[in-house]
Amino acid sequence: MTLLEVRGSPPPRQWRKQPFIVNPWVRWGLYLGALVYLVLAIGSLEFNWARIIAGMDRGAAFIAGFLKPDFTSRWQDIYEGFLESLTMTVVATVIGVLLSIPVALGAARNLAPLPVYLVCRGIIAVSRAFQEIIIAIVFVAMFGFGPLAGVATLAFSSIGFLAKLLAEDIEDIDRQQVEAIQATGASWLQILNYAIQPQVAARFIGLSLYRLDINFRESAVIGIVGAGGIGATLNTAIARYEYDSAAAVLLCIIAVVLLVEYSSGFLRRRLL
Amino acid sequence: MLTIEQLTKRYSTGDLALDSVDLQVTKGQVIALIGPSGAGKSTLIRCVNRLVEPTHGRIWLNNEQITGLRSRSLRRMRCRIGMIFQEYALVERLTVMENVLSGRLGYIGFWRSFFRRFPETDIERAFDLLERVGIEDMVDKRADALSGGQRQRVGIARALIQNPEILLIDEPTASLDPKTSRQIMQLIVDLCRESGLAAIINIHDVQLAMMFVERVIGLRQGRVVYDGSPAQLNAARLTEIYGEADWTGTAREEQDEQRDLPTSAEVIVPLIELPETGVGRQRVVGS
Amino acid sequence: MPVTVTGGQRCWQRRDRAAQLRIWLVWLVGTALFMAAWSFISAQTIWMFVWDSPAQAYDLASRMVNPRWDYFERILWPLWDTINIATLGTLLGVIIAIPIAFLAAHNTTPSRALIRPLALLIIVSSRSINSLIWALLLVLIMGPGILAGIIAIALRSIGFIGKLLYEAIEEVSNEPVEAIEATGASRMQVLSYGIWPQVLPTVAGISVYRWDINIREATVLGLVGAGGIGIQLQASINNLAWNQVTVIFLAILATVFVSEWISARVRHALI
Repeated sequence: MTLLEVRGSPPPRQWRKQPFIVNPWVRWGLYLGALVYLVLAIGSLEFNWARIIAGMDRGAAFIAGFLKPDFTSRWQDIYEGFLESLTMTVVATVIGVLLSIPVALGAARNLAPLPVYLVCRGIIAVSRAFQEIIIAIVFVAMFGFGPLAGVATLAFSSIGFLAKLLAEDIEDIDRQQVEAIQATGASWLQILNYAIQPQVAARFIGLSLYRLDINFRESAVIGIVGAGGIGATLNTAIARYEYDSAAAVLLCIIAVVLLVEYSSGFLRRRLL
Repeated sequence: MLTIEQLTKRYSTGDLALDSVDLQVTKGQVIALIGPSGAGKSTLIRCVNRLVEPTHGRIWLNNEQITGLRSRSLRRMRCRIGMIFQEYALVERLTVMENVLSGRLGYIGFWRSFFRRFPETDIERAFDLLERVGIEDMVDKRADALSGGQRQRVGIARALIQNPEILLIDEPTASLDPKTSRQIMQLIVDLCRESGLAAIINIHDVQLAMMFVERVIGLRQGRVVYDGSPAQLNAARLTEIYGEADWTGTAREEQDEQRDLPTSAEVIVPLIELPETGVGRQRVVGS
Repeated sequence: MPVTVTGGQRCWQRRDRAAQLRIWLVWLVGTALFMAAWSFISAQTIWMFVWDSPAQAYDLASRMVNPRWDYFERILWPLWDTINIATLGTLLGVIIAIPIAFLAAHNTTPSRALIRPLALLIIVSSRSINSLIWALLLVLIMGPGILAGIIAIALRSIGFIGKLLYEAIEEVSNEPVEAIEATGASRMQVLSYGIWPQVLPTVAGISVYRWDINIREATVLGLVGAGGIGIQLQASINNLAWNQVTVIFLAILATVFVSEWISARVRHALI
């Protein structure tokens, strides 16, 4: 048989790309389900075209504000807002990191007994389920307006984030190293210090720096519900229709986010 | 049919990979390109279809100049040049059939290829080729479910479905075990012979090369230092290509096999008969 | 040297002097920074309210423990809106993010000098601004409603998906791409045969992950008028109807757990 040989006249062979979901019933069912959902979801949208068209002027005014941001007239507010945001970020990250370590130890199934495990996982789940804004509302109700509510919010959210990832790391450690230290007759704290900490510390530092980054971004919004920071400044500027000042705040946020991200990335590379 | 003239490639790092290489390949000729790592073997064949842009020099395929072609005509030229890769270079998440049919991409438009609507003749041809290389049962398997030898067969089918005039083959056996390597080399050489295809095979296994090809090019530091038949490739010449090493070790094996040639210890005789007795010559397909 | 010899006695220390000093310095600067930041926060805080907070918390809790279950019916529709905001917003975000990611990845961008920086700028601005801020602006321009919420979610998702996706595109294995190029395929064909199959699982994984995040984000968009359950939350808080807030919290918690479960299952299936 050669390649160029003309074959007799076999029936032409067909090929079609196999669909991702092989069972046609499941496949068409899913397509139909998705279509029905989209129709229903888009159908429940309400378009108020008159309002949207009326808003175009404001949109244009806002874009104009972006092209000519006004840093000067509200500079004092912007400066104080950023100072507050940055201090909140630092304090909240430190507290969050310190508190997340015991929670993570409790939430690692290979270290903690079941009751402790369940309690710690519960803390993590609640902290992760609620958006920062919702947590901020509760803390503002408790502590009153001001940056302390913001610190509490960010610290609480950091605990869920960091403890979950650290606990997963601890559950993934190399058992042999722990056994080796156990075999020397070390106490529980000594095992922690000699067998577990060396395996997870580097990544945890990296995660903490990453969380610093996230906390700054979040600190820019929780001000909207009164928990301090640059968000309050932004909210005021928008409420007063001062688009050029609002644009200035937004541009500053982008700049600071970039700066924080770069420096935390730089630190991560240097430390790890 | 393929003519390379004064081909020079200097990478932006300053490394001179090829230094005025001249080469002529005639129709149906299967050539092995040997040489140490970094001698410029890969660069040379990648210059032919311009996956690597040459710094100087000219290349013709059948009197048509490849160097200097612009985007569309370069793509049309690439359709005529098949390429087979060391690590198979299959798209792992596509099926065997899609991988083979991707060899026809240069011949059909974007939207047809996007919806996988290939002409019937292409599909027919793909089935023939899959049968020929012996993996006709694997049509709808995903490429990452295949073994190394099977993957390389898909790679060969993809290159052949292009209807190429010449094959460029980059270390086809480097990732395979010795037995599969021989089968794959045999398959490539057979296929070339059947369709009168020329081929340039980069290969670092000198013995394997000598078993299958009619002409060997030795490359060292970007220069051609040997061009001749495998039979004349002796230890001195290997030293010239690869540098100082105990080449007689390779030769002694040959001596054992060829006891009636006691004085030619330095000469490596291609083991023509080995494929006959070994697995290589057996048809790898059940046709 | 960690090992020093003093009077014939070998002495081992964990770190040499310079390294030890550096570590002390880092701790010193860190602690000083923290203390300075803390004193700033402390100065801004009215401590009387804070000392009062246990009583406040107790008060809050006692109002919350008695949930008004019949309120649940009233939040079903907003809950549906919330899920729609997240889903349609994610969908819109994915559709816009994919081409932007291809324009931003250095191996697929048509122009490194012009288009790539532009695409990266879009990604950065989208990422830096929280969806709540986008919603704040959009409500101002388009009026309150779900549409503003969907677009806000989409605008924030573009940066998130775009960044992860363009990094994935830059990391695809180059051999298959080279092989497709060698067949004489056009640029678009190389994208669709060589690169797209390699990043498809990533696209799906990132999208589902972002959808999960967006469900959480969508629960608060109502606070600025962009639709969803946040509107009810805002109203209940303003009326100090904390027993309704409990019901809303539980509904959010349930939705978030379900979405996280779905997201985890889908991502697990993709690997």
